[in-house]
Amino acid sequence: MGRIDDIFSAARAEGRKLLMPFIVGGFPTPGSTGPLLRALAGAGAGIVEVGIPFSDPIADGPVIAQAMHQALERGATPASVFNEVAAVRAELSIGLVAMVSASIVGRMGGPDGFAERAASSGFDGLIVPDAPLEESERLRAACQASGLCLGLLVAPTTPPARADRIAAASSGFVYLLARTGITGDRGSVPDVAPRVARLRESTPLPIACGFGIARPEQVRQVVREGGADAAIVGSALVRRIADAAEQGRDVPGEAASLVHELGSGLA
Amino acid sequence: MDPAAPQPGQPRPPQGQQGGPPRPKQGGPPRPPEQRGPRPQPPRDQGPRREGQRPPQGPRRDAPRPPPPPQIPNSSAETNRPAHFTTRPPPPPESLLSGVPDERGRFGQFGGAFVPETLVAALRQLEQEYERACDDTRFWERLRELFRVFVGRATPLYLAERLTRHAASRSPRGAAARIWLKREDLAHTGAHKINNTMGQALLARRMGKKRIIAETGAGQHGVATASACAHLDLACEVYMGAEDVRRQHLNVTRMRILGAKVVEVHAGSRTLKDATNEALRDWMASVEHTHYIIGSVVGPHPFPMIVRDFQSIIGRETMSQCLRSLGRMPDCIMACVGGGSNAAGMFYPFVDEERVELVGVEAGGRSARAGEHAATLTHGTPGVLHGSLSVVLQDEFGQTAPVHSCSAGLDYPGVGPEHAYWKDKGRVTYTSVTDDEALDAFTLLARTEGIIPALESAHAIAEAVRRAATMDADKDVVVCLSGRGDKDVDEAARLLALRDPGLRGD
Repeated sequence: MGRIDDIFSAARAEGRKLLMPFIVGGFPTPGSTGPLLRALAGAGAGIVEVGIPFSDPIADGPVIAQAMHQALERGATPASVFNEVAAVRAELSIGLVAMVSASIVGRMGGPDGFAERAASSGFDGLIVPDAPLEESERLRAACQASGLCLGLLVAPTTPPARADRIAAASSGFVYLLARTGITGDRGSVPDVAPRVARLRESTPLPIACGFGIARPEQVRQVVREGGADAAIVGSALVRRIADAAEQGRDVPGEAASLVHELGSGLA
Repeated sequence: MDPAAPQPGQPRPPQGQQGGPPRPKQGGPPRPPEQRGPRPQPPRDQGPRREGQRPPQGPRRDAPRPPPPPQIPNSSAETNRPAHFTTRPPPPPESLLSGVPDERGRFGQFGGAFVPETLVAALRQLEQEYERACDDTRFWERLRELFRVFVGRATPLYLAERLTRHAASRSPRGAAARIWLKREDLAHTGAHKINNTMGQALLARRMGKKRIIAETGAGQHGVATASACAHLDLACEVYMGAEDVRRQHLNVTRMRILGAKVVEVHAGSRTLKDATNEALRDWMASVEHTHYIIGSVVGPHPFPMIVRDFQSIIGRETMSQCLRSLGRMPDCIMACVGGGSNAAGMFYPFVDEERVELVGVEAGGRSARAGEHAATLTHGTPGVLHGSLSVVLQDEFGQTAPVHSCSAGLDYPGVGPEHAYWKDKGRVTYTSVTDDEALDAFTLLARTEGIIPALESAHAIAEAVRRAATMDADKDVVVCLSGRGDKDVDEAARLLALRDPGLRGD
């Protein structure tokens, strides 16, 4: 059992739901990832998703794409993000999942080499959003060998039988996309309950739901009404971090306060 | 006259000659997706071909299939072929270079579909619809007719005599191979791009999708998409990098006149790569009612295959025109390569014809230093960009590298996966031509032949002159003149003025 499994089992045993905030590694500046992770852990995050900045993130909306571009311009690299995470790993008990593009995986040693590096930097799992089921076979084997989980994506456009196969190929959790489109907060969240229920029939894995979740009531919608195990919040948090940095405010403090606020939606 | 028309006594292939499907059909039920065999093959028997001239590996529909070359291992698709396949001509075996992609969309190790799950269903739908279209004679008849009356096909194969004499004058032996131009610049909207957009717009209509999105670099694909959409009554939005909007303003105006909405992209390098990202992002949100007409042989499967198939009309016409004009295959074929669609369409019908040398010409830019060129196959490494595994200009961490070319259509850090495959197999030679050489060829073609080429195509012209000068006078080189240069005149004049004007002779 890996750390992600333990975290979800403990939460389930206590009837708790989890918040999975997403940050961009090396953003707003190189060196800020460690303090942000500490702050998010302190604010009640169960698992943090760390986006490895990529030059061409096609699944990400303007907020995250812009943050990734800025991180890269300011000198962040996948290796520097690994180093920042490794430096604080020992003091944190939260789960850490890297969200990374297939391009980076391919260039940094391929699935095997990349998974090994991620694991040795203290990550517990990977999300590779542009490696769908058909392109994830080697990744699955590599993650297993390195003790990482691999959460695959299920979209609203995914037919049920395919969703079952995706769930069967996932480990740690299944990433349920709340809607089509890219990351970013837009209006109301669709009712995910039928899709969560359908997925539950085929997999015992926890279900984490994201894309377009920005407010406490939306968190509540997906974890309570929707029945997901965790809510993933990305763009809203990245925007708060970007604004705080731009206005010279306390970045980790602002991030923690948003996560704390969103946490009220878990109950 | 239609140069690709069948000769007396020779039956016209069922489809395929004029924009027909890449493999001829003789009825039979559509193949279910799980029975997808190797990829389609254009008809070979068109035009006068003398006995004994066929290379031994060329597949014939009407003759026993020769054994596959032993050096390339055959795969499972032969045995997976459905039992009814004998009711129609078989597609090429995977042992032939043309027998790609496989059912996973792979060209050897390249290709595939590296996209977020949201797009997987749409790609599957597109693949299935294309399979059905391949079996639908009416679809290809409609496209063939559009090619004839709307696009103006077949485009001529033109002997560039003065250009040939120029090449000969540059040769120490005073002789050069004859240079022929495949005049895609004469296709409607001014470039080969229309071959693909008409085909894909018809596919979109079959799928019931009424909104089209596209990306564009030089604007030629954008104009061709806007034109296809206007013709077929589809709504059209084109993503274009802000830098390209600046340097290709003529095409922006053309798109707007054609009723398309042009969306300026300010992210990243503000060029084609970023426009492609934005188009993919749009598609992620609009996939249920929108079709994305990708403009080159790039992107996730099945796009590289579909675009190649629609563009392969270029090579099929060229083959039959050569057989008619030369009585044999040409010795060498050249095309410029950005994403690689005109080259893929030109080369594909010839890849199994081993004696025909194939040369792809990339943008060498200002120098071979990183960031100063767009010669992906020359300098790149395997990587994932825009949904497929191919060769990419990237750094040690897989971040896409900045690129440069004087030509907006070649200014792209990726390349189609089939080109990576052809390079890997040693079938196509890829070389590069600098900005300066391309500008020289731009002026040279204008002044020797009265044809202003697109800056993209000027790269291929430059290489053709260079290579023809090393070949004997009884050899024939065909260059794909992929587009006309109207869009480039301001930029070319600006760049030429930066150089010594005295050398320009004006």
